[in-house]
Amino acid sequence: MGRYVARRLLQMIPVFIGSTLLVFLMMYALPGDPVRALAGEQAVDQAQIAQMKKDLGLDLPIWQQYWNYLTGLFQGDFGTQIATQRPVAEVIGDAFPITVRLALFAFAFTAIVGIAMGVLAGLKADTFRDRGLLVVTLLLISVPSFVLGFLAQYFFAHQLGWVEPNVSALAESHELILPAVVLGSLSLAYVARLTRTSVAENLRSDYMRTAVAKGLPRRRIVGVHLMRNSMIPVVTFLGTDIGTLMGGAVVTEGIFNVQGVGYAVFGALKSREGSTVVGIVTLIVVVYLVASLLVDLLYAVLDPRIRYA
Amino acid sequence: MRGAKSAKWVAGAIVVALSATACGGSDSGDTDAKEKGKPAGYVSIDVGEPQKPLIPADTNETLGSYVIQSLFTQLLDFDAKGQIVYTNAESIETKDSKTWTVKLKKGWKFHNGEAVTSESYINAWNWYANVKNKQQNAFWFEDIKGYEDVHPAKGEPKADKMSGLKAVDDTTFTIELSKPVPYFEYKLGYTTWAPLPKTFYDDPKAFGLKPVGNGPYIFEKWDRKKLIQVKANPDYQGPNKAQNKGVLFKNYATVEAAYQDLLSGNLDMIRQIGPKDLPKYKQDLGDRAIDQEYAAIQSLVPTFYSKTFKDIDPKVLQGLSMGIDRETITKTVLNGTRTPATSFTPLGVQGNQKLDTDVFTFDAAKAKKLVTEGGGVPGNKIWIQYNADGGHKEWVTAVCESIRNSTGVECLPDAKPDFQTDLEARDNKQVKSFYRGGWVADYPVNANFMRELYGTTAEANNGKFSDKEVDAAFKKGDNAKSLEESIKLYQEAEKLVLEKMPAIPLWQYRINGGHSEAVDNVEVDFHGDLEVTGVTVKK
Repeated sequence: MGRYVARRLLQMIPVFIGSTLLVFLMMYALPGDPVRALAGEQAVDQAQIAQMKKDLGLDLPIWQQYWNYLTGLFQGDFGTQIATQRPVAEVIGDAFPITVRLALFAFAFTAIVGIAMGVLAGLKADTFRDRGLLVVTLLLISVPSFVLGFLAQYFFAHQLGWVEPNVSALAESHELILPAVVLGSLSLAYVARLTRTSVAENLRSDYMRTAVAKGLPRRRIVGVHLMRNSMIPVVTFLGTDIGTLMGGAVVTEGIFNVQGVGYAVFGALKSREGSTVVGIVTLIVVVYLVASLLVDLLYAVLDPRIRYA
Repeated sequence: MRGAKSAKWVAGAIVVALSATACGGSDSGDTDAKEKGKPAGYVSIDVGEPQKPLIPADTNETLGSYVIQSLFTQLLDFDAKGQIVYTNAESIETKDSKTWTVKLKKGWKFHNGEAVTSESYINAWNWYANVKNKQQNAFWFEDIKGYEDVHPAKGEPKADKMSGLKAVDDTTFTIELSKPVPYFEYKLGYTTWAPLPKTFYDDPKAFGLKPVGNGPYIFEKWDRKKLIQVKANPDYQGPNKAQNKGVLFKNYATVEAAYQDLLSGNLDMIRQIGPKDLPKYKQDLGDRAIDQEYAAIQSLVPTFYSKTFKDIDPKVLQGLSMGIDRETITKTVLNGTRTPATSFTPLGVQGNQKLDTDVFTFDAAKAKKLVTEGGGVPGNKIWIQYNADGGHKEWVTAVCESIRNSTGVECLPDAKPDFQTDLEARDNKQVKSFYRGGWVADYPVNANFMRELYGTTAEANNGKFSDKEVDAAFKKGDNAKSLEESIKLYQEAEKLVLEKMPAIPLWQYRINGGHSEAVDNVEVDFHGDLEVTGVTVKK
């Protein structure tokens, strides 16, 4: 077990280096020059641009730039932004806590409500309740998230006045609830459907009949025997979902004015702040890796037949 | 189950770790307004994160300029009509447009108590212009004698002072230019010409994050990417003294989000309404909507190196210009956010005139005739290059449609993914025929819309237009004895420009903004910026 975790952690190193290199090369391949763009449509002073590039190390060959970036990274230096001259670590430090909270709220909402809905539907497959769930999830899957976001903003903020339409600069936790619900609703639909199918299928399995025959109380049958086995596909999905919730929230963050990672990486991409993009994407990759390791470890919890050595 | 148990433990530990980081502290400021974190008497405006640290000569974009303008006051400013208003200057005089004598108002102080003197200006300008300091707006000082010494095209600077700047006494100094520039005084209104206190030179980098100016507001704090807060300067002596207690410049992820906050009373002023809300914002806001022209113009700029327009007969360009139905496009596709252009300069700049021509009027038959007379377009095909991240797609498509229908010339939009890529194509001379040009007045004089754009050596002349007669006409305007004469000569030059067609002006920009019920007296300056100093809070 310990050796397994250690091996997985060691495997992260090449993945980490590979992904930074890929993102770095992609940023490099993009057309457009961030230093030149600072001048906009105004006059351009070539001597000055050359000087700025030299100071930033942007005039070096790509492999050397990457090497500098990587060595800096291992000393805890994520680089400096070109225009704002802010350390990238500071930019990330501002944006990540907000996104982590948003993602965790969304994740909790997805997991709790989604699994509950799935179990409720799955236990009584092909009934009115089950069909109802299918319709609701179909709606959630087919309606784009920005439509859902604007609708929620209109109803809850402008019509009912329950919440403020936007998340303020302070990003207090209660303000993040509505964006989190909108952000999590797509995954919610998938989780509900996965759970429902899995539960409905496992209900007919042999070990369930055995459990019923043993005369176990229904709570224990559903709560332990059924749930545990039905959760494996759901956990797989939820694991990858954490990464998606953190990195892919650009649209929702835009609608509700959440100044999180999605917004930061979008802004950085637009202004070609290479080191910011690489830094953030790398962190999201790490989140993915950790989440998938957790998922693998959870398999063993859910199904004792799975063992790691 | 041994493995399972330790897996449980690992998972548990990580969940705890994650939730611990999630509960980061959130401090809430005390406030009596509805808006979170806004002190009483302050007003708020959607001004996003400045691109760079706040140094006057390193800021050339709108957002940073807003903040710089609130913190610094230059020698002069402009009123809504584009007329000069002296702020820190008592007088600026010249006899030959070459040597200018500036007298400062006495008793002005920086926010740290230091007196604003001639040296505050001279030292600042020398620092800004020095190539070593890499200031974005260094070229603004190029008229001053000795600029080449501090900012050579190549290599190290030869001096650290421009010989043209001389202090006479504490509040008087002279500016000698390398050649006469009749409208030089107007240039001084740009934010770049702000003075700096002595503390600046100790650590420019730190200063940029915590600037000390001489303007109507005093810097309070900058929460990166969230907001910048400034408070009114009680000792300010200029005409634009703050009528409110302070300003919050708030950063929004999108214009739509800012509009939502305006509607719900969490924001006082919005500079631009997003396309989604444009059709209905006047209904929403009533007389709180702001809809006004400002001195900026959008045009199609032909690239004279391209296959399409190399040695083209200007008649063809005039024909293409007449083939564009500006009226309809501004009304429908652009939702009334622009006013059709009638000349090469926008309303609101000195010397704007009504040109006696039909080149800007839609006339399909005549358009076709002119294009044919001029020998047509090579390949009968043109492209309009634009950046896809700026909301230009709709009107470019409409303009193309209009040209195609009226002149029969095939017109294709040529999208570049973003502004950087668009600029790169312009710099590298890769534009296929037209690019989308936009120009906001740096100073409200007609010369700014001609010399800087169509002069052979002008840096912003990306179309590489070059014409000896036009250059000569501009030169005549630059050599004029007085500003009035210069403006008149540039008006003459504009008539020549119309014959040569270095660009097809499309329309003038309008600001579409608004304000909340909590504030009053929101005015627009000639740049299209909201004047925050005059805004009052309703009781």
